[in-house]
Formats: sequence, C-alpha cells, structure tokens
Amino acid sequence: MPASVAHTSAPTSHHYTTLGLDSRKVAIWAFIGSECMLFVSLISTYLIYKGRSIVGPFPHETWTDPATGHVFKPILNIPVTSASTFVLLMSSLFMVLALAAVQNKEKPKHTRGERVLGNSKLWLWMTAIAGATFLGFQAFEFTSFVHEGLSIRTNLFGSSFFTLTGFHGAHVTAGVIWLVTLLAIDYRRGLGSKDSLLVDIAALYWHFVDVIWIVIFTLVYLIK
Amino acid sequence: MATTARPAPEHSPDAYGEHSGLWSWLSTVDHKRIGILYLYTALFFFMFGGVEAIIIRAQLGAPNQHLVSAEFYNQLFTMHGTTMIFLAIMPLSAVFFNFLIPLQIGARDVAFPRLNAFSYWVYLFGGIFITIPIFFAVAPNGGWFGYAPLTTRAYSPGINIDFWVIGLQILGISSLAAAFNFLTTIINLRAPGMTLMRMPMFTWMAFIVQVLLVLAFPVITIALVFLLFDRFFGTNFYNTVSAGADPLLWQHLFWIFGHPEVYILVLPAFGLVSEVLPTYSKKPLFGYPVMVYSGILIAVLGFGVWAHHMFAVGMGPIADTFFGLTTMLIAIPTGVKIFNWIATMAQGAIRYTTAMLFGIGLVALFTIGGISGIMHASPPADLQQTDTYFIVAHFHYVLFGGSIMGIFAGLYHYFPKITGRLMDEKLGKIHFWLTFIAMNLTFFPMHFSGMLGMPRRIYTYDSGQGWDLFNALSTAGAMIFPIAMLIFIYNFLVSRKRGEIAGSNPWGAGTLEWTIPSPPPEYNFAKIPTVTSRYPLWEGKEVDYEDARINSQEGKTAADLGIIMPYSTIKPLLVALGLIVMFCGLISSRALIGVGAALMIFSLYSWLLSPLEPEHH
Repeated sequence: MPASVAHTSAPTSHHYTTLGLDSRKVAIWAFIGSECMLFVSLISTYLIYKGRSIVGPFPHETWTDPATGHVFKPILNIPVTSASTFVLLMSSLFMVLALAAVQNKEKPKHTRGERVLGNSKLWLWMTAIAGATFLGFQAFEFTSFVHEGLSIRTNLFGSSFFTLTGFHGAHVTAGVIWLVTLLAIDYRRGLGSKDSLLVDIAALYWHFVDVIWIVIFTLVYLIK
Repeated sequence: MATTARPAPEHSPDAYGEHSGLWSWLSTVDHKRIGILYLYTALFFFMFGGVEAIIIRAQLGAPNQHLVSAEFYNQLFTMHGTTMIFLAIMPLSAVFFNFLIPLQIGARDVAFPRLNAFSYWVYLFGGIFITIPIFFAVAPNGGWFGYAPLTTRAYSPGINIDFWVIGLQILGISSLAAAFNFLTTIINLRAPGMTLMRMPMFTWMAFIVQVLLVLAFPVITIALVFLLFDRFFGTNFYNTVSAGADPLLWQHLFWIFGHPEVYILVLPAFGLVSEVLPTYSKKPLFGYPVMVYSGILIAVLGFGVWAHHMFAVGMGPIADTFFGLTTMLIAIPTGVKIFNWIATMAQGAIRYTTAMLFGIGLVALFTIGGISGIMHASPPADLQQTDTYFIVAHFHYVLFGGSIMGIFAGLYHYFPKITGRLMDEKLGKIHFWLTFIAMNLTFFPMHFSGMLGMPRRIYTYDSGQGWDLFNALSTAGAMIFPIAMLIFIYNFLVSRKRGEIAGSNPWGAGTLEWTIPSPPPEYNFAKIPTVTSRYPLWEGKEVDYEDARINSQEGKTAADLGIIMPYSTIKPLLVALGLIVMFCGLISSRALIGVGAALMIFSLYSWLLSPLEPEHH
C-alpha cells in the first residue's frame, strides 16, 4: 500500500496521496498535456497557411512587390535563430544543474567543482539569463522583421508566424519570471532539498517550453 | 443496505452553522461550499437561458410575428446557446464534480482547494460579463459557434462579438483550471484501496470529462485568440477577402473543440444516472467494466468526428465517408451504455422516486436523440437535415433529454447529501412529469418542422409552408417549462429549510459518499476509509464496516479530530477579479488592463507565497 509513503517531506505531502507523489507534480503533467494541444493548434495553423500568403515577404523565398518593384529577400535569419536556439538548449542544461544543486543542497561538498555544481543560485541565474537572452534574440528578430516590411498584419505568414513564436516567447517570459521568483526565494531563505519539488515543476515547464521550441525551429525555420 | 433501517439522526442539518455570513462564502475553499456556489449560480443562469428560449418560442409561435426584431432574435438564440452550454450545463456538472468527487473517492478536499475557488469566481465573473450586454441589446449575435469570417470585424463591426470572444476566453480559463484540479484529485487523492476499477461510475465519467476538457479547451482558446487578434490587431487568420485565409479554419478548430464538448456536456449526466439507476433498482450497475470502457471509447472517438458538423461545406467524398463512419461508430459505445442501464433495471426492486424517474427519462429521451443523431451521421441525409429544425430537435433530445434530465436525477438524488434534508417527492414527481411532457411537446414537433424544411435561426416565417401547427405545439410545450421550474425552485427552497431530515444514507445507496453524515462535515471523512469493493455499503457486512461507523459520527469538528483543514482566503477571488478587470480593459480603456494585471499579479503572488493550511505537527 502506498500508505507507507504518505509521510515524506515536502510541505503538503503529509496528506495521503494515491501515487505517493505531490499533487502539484501530477497537475503540471496535466498542464503540459493541455499546453501540447495549444501549440498543436498554433503550429497546425502555421503549416496550413504556409505558402498561402498572397503578398510577401515570405519566410524562405524572395518576393518582388509588383507595385513598387522592391525585392524582398527571404525573411528568416537562420544563423541568428540557430544561435538563439543553442542558447535556449543550454538553458535546459543549466536547469538540470539547478535542480540537482537544490536536491543535493545538504550534501557535504569538498572540492571547488562540487561547490560550483552545488550552487543553486548560480544555475538558476544561468537558466534565467539564457532564457532572457533568447527573448532578446526574439525581440531583435521581431523588430528587424518589422523594419523589413513584415508585420503581424502583412499576410497570412506574418499573422501565423508572429502569433506562434509570440506565444512561445510569452511562455519563455513566464518561465523567466518563475525562475526569478525561485531565485528570490533562494536569496531570502535558501532553497534546500525539501524545496526540490518547487524547482522540479519549474524545470518540467522549462524543458517543455524548450522542446516546443525545437519543434517550432524545425518546422518553421529549417524545413523549406 | 441496512442503513435505511437506521433511525434518522437528531442532528441539525443546518449546514455549516459555524461558518456563515457573506465573508465566509467569498473566502471559502471548501469543495462542498464551492459546489453549492456553483449550484445557485448555474441554476440562475439555467433559468436565464430558459427565459431567452421562451422569448424565442413566443416569437416563433405563429407566422409573421414581430415580438422581437430580427437583430434581437439573433442575440437571443446566440445567448440561449452560449448560456445553456457554458453557464448552465457545464457548471451544473461542476456542482457534482465539486461536491461528489472527493466524497466518492474518500478524500478530504480537492487537490488544490484555492484553485477550485478561483475557478468558481472566474466562472461567475465571466458569466456576468457575457450576460450583461443583452440588457443593452448589444449581446453577441453570431451564434454560439461564432463562425468566422462572419464574426470578424468586417462583418460584425459592433461590440457584440467582442463580448463573446472575451467572455468565452474567460470561461475557458475557469474550465481549464477546474479540469487540472479534478484530474489531479481523481488520480492522486483516492483513498487506500480505491483502485480505478472500484471508482463510482460518476467519478469515472468525471475523470473522462476532465481529460476531454484538458485536451479540447486549448483548441478553442487558440481559435478565439486568432479571432481576438483579427478583431483587435488586424491579423489575417480569418481574412478570406484580401489575405486568402481559409474560410474553414475556424470551423475545423471550433468543432475539434466543439464535438468533445458535446461529451463534456453529457458524460457527467451519464455518470449521475449510473449512480441513480443501481440505487433505486437495488442492483449493482450492470457491466461496470464495459461502462468504463465505453465511456473511454466515446471520449477517444469524440476527437475523430468533428467534421460531421461540416458536411454541408463540401469536404469531398473521402472526408465525408471517414467522418460519417466514425460518427456511426460512436453509436456503439453509447448504445452499450443504454443497454447496460436497461439491464441494471431489469428484474431490480425498482423504486420510482423522482430521481429514478429522471434517470429513466434520460435513458428514454437520450435514445431518441441518439437515433436521430445516427440519421445525420450519413452525409446525404445530413445535407437535407443540416441547418433545419430537425437538428434543433436532435440536440435538444441529447442535451435536454440527456444532460438536463441526468442533472435533475442527480439533484434529487444528492439533495439530501448536500442539504441534510429530503426534497418533497410529490412536488418532485409533478416537476418530473411536467418537464417530461414539456420536453417532448416542445422538441418532438421540431423533427417534423425540420423535415418540412424550416431553417434554424430565422426570426419569423410565412404561413402556408406546413410549419404553423408544429411551431404552435413547440411554443405551447415551451410555456410549460417555467411552471415546472417554479415548482422545482419552490420545492428546493422549502425543502432546504423544512424538508424531512435525511440521515447519512436515505436511499440505501452503496457508495462511499453515503457513509458520512448529511451534510458532510468540513473534513468529509473522520478517518480516511480503506476501500475493498465498488459498493462498500452493499457488502452485507455493514455492521462490521468499521470505517463507515467512524465516519458516520456527527457533531465533531476538524479540531476535535486533529484534522488540518486549509485556511479560508479571499485571494483566489481577487486574482479572478484582476483577470476580469484586465479583460474589461480590452473593450473599454486600456488603463484598466494595467490595473487588472497589477491586481492579478499582486494577489497571485500573495496566494502562492502564503501557506495553504496550518503547519503539521
């Protein structure tokens, strides 16, 4: 009977649970399932509208405006976005290290390497900074697109592209705020292994947002 | 079943005596009290949607009437559908999700009590938001399905659709938050021994519905976001004229949500009836595992039938065949349920209580709606029937004959558990028969007016088309509903205060919720029970059922028993308020968005950083 695991640590787990897991962990998985359908809807719409825009600029093709004769180059900047993708992928690594640091907070640390790896503040900062850097890249991308003549109103590509990547960016923003909140808690009272659930669910969310970006990057940027 | 023989306890069922007053309701996080809040609010909206329906029927009672204008008629049928689906039936199901799920699985509350309160307040505020405009004749007027591009700014320039898009978005937040909560509750808060295949059938259906909600609502959220962006920021998602948008994008997204939504509306009623029929037949539910599997199958197939709402758009023979076949397939698990209910009743010691009558009513009337549904599963037949009153007849047999009959069965069955008193059975039966007659008199003739070609959503019609008699009959039937409803409300309010004291198990039911006092104490179960079977109270060894004896004790407070309960808090309400103010800002002044966001973020942080309950020692 899982009754034996009812009295573990963590703030709310003195209540009996069927799985022996904290309910927040179950809920975050349900939430991620729901979020999958959200992004599936956004990505499907983008794909349905791919190649159906009447006017440019286009993602991968050049377009000459028949009215002005102005030539628009393919608008997606794949090298720059590859860099931002790399930064976001690295943030997931930092997130893993942050969680490990919190889980092993009370373990004695002997070497300098162990102390660096066990520094939860460092890794939370790194994750948040990597997330913020990704958002900086996105802000740069959005403004340069607008300068080049693609806004959310220009064509079907513009509407579906900005909405899809904008929704993802909003999710990263929420994640960065979440990480900063965890940092604030860490500075105020120190995150210990008893708090690992708090970091664990943030990490699940963070990795999910990361995985979604890999899908978007592949389908929107890499496949022509 | 020995509990029926017990004398009714001398316990005052004036529920929650020590927690009364407005503040206690605003700050409650108790799933039972939140269930009661849902109950009153949803009954109010149910009657409001009913009044809209009665105006519609009055307008259509005879040819060439001008009781309301064509424009106001559009608002009436849009708001009737929107109200009944999102503000009445779904929240009436939520009454039972709230009240029953923890009781049926042996839990002290839902997994996230404060989130539960938040869901209710968002529902209440969202309901008010979407309802207010009809008093100023600026209500949404694009149908409950809000087809774009009709609902884009180009064709619906007024503020009407803005209320609809934003209102549904708000209500979606409430439904999703509740779904995560109940899903987690059912997965993770089951008492020891409450395996999945021992769960009461209502909880099983509720479980399936939460999965549907979690997967279907994000799709309409995105469809609505696109519409919102089109209307407010000039995007092109539904701009078919100058941007080449797909005129079917909305329909696909909407019905990928919309068809599972049908099962979201009806499966809770199926669950309630699966509690009611065994109790009053004194037999366990026939074919329990098959009932579970057919429920799951309905949910899975429910995601593969959406385009049967779109046969008329001309998708081509392959799509038509596929969706026609999947739609016919879904009749199999549904039919299995009908036969299992009949087999449950067969040779049972049936007691014709009001709840039982409503339960049998569901089995009979839903079957009629199901059969007419199979008729338009066939695309050629559907092309004749689509957009006629035949469809209106069909889905009212499913939603009134199914959902509402089941919900009333549940209300009469669980009223004693909720209030501690019995409802008057004589008035209950009058309510049932009036409802049953009104329902059939209103909706059965619509099959004929529909077959004779009367289109939906027309505000009036000429005589001489053979529709006059059927419309007059439908209108006559509709006028009986308010009488039935007033009797119900009278019975409800009087019985609540003066009904006979119920005791813990007035009906001799078998499941866990009947082992505890009526109304249940704040903590539900003094001792979390250990479950050994599907009907613990029907094991024939009830005297030995130690858990039931402990849990039926009355008058003990949580403090007496050393049970830790969550703090009451106003914060979920404040977060919901902030959210609403934010959305109101979209259609009024942009400054409100900032004010709402500030209130929401501040209250949310304050909620998340404050403990749920006192420290455990």
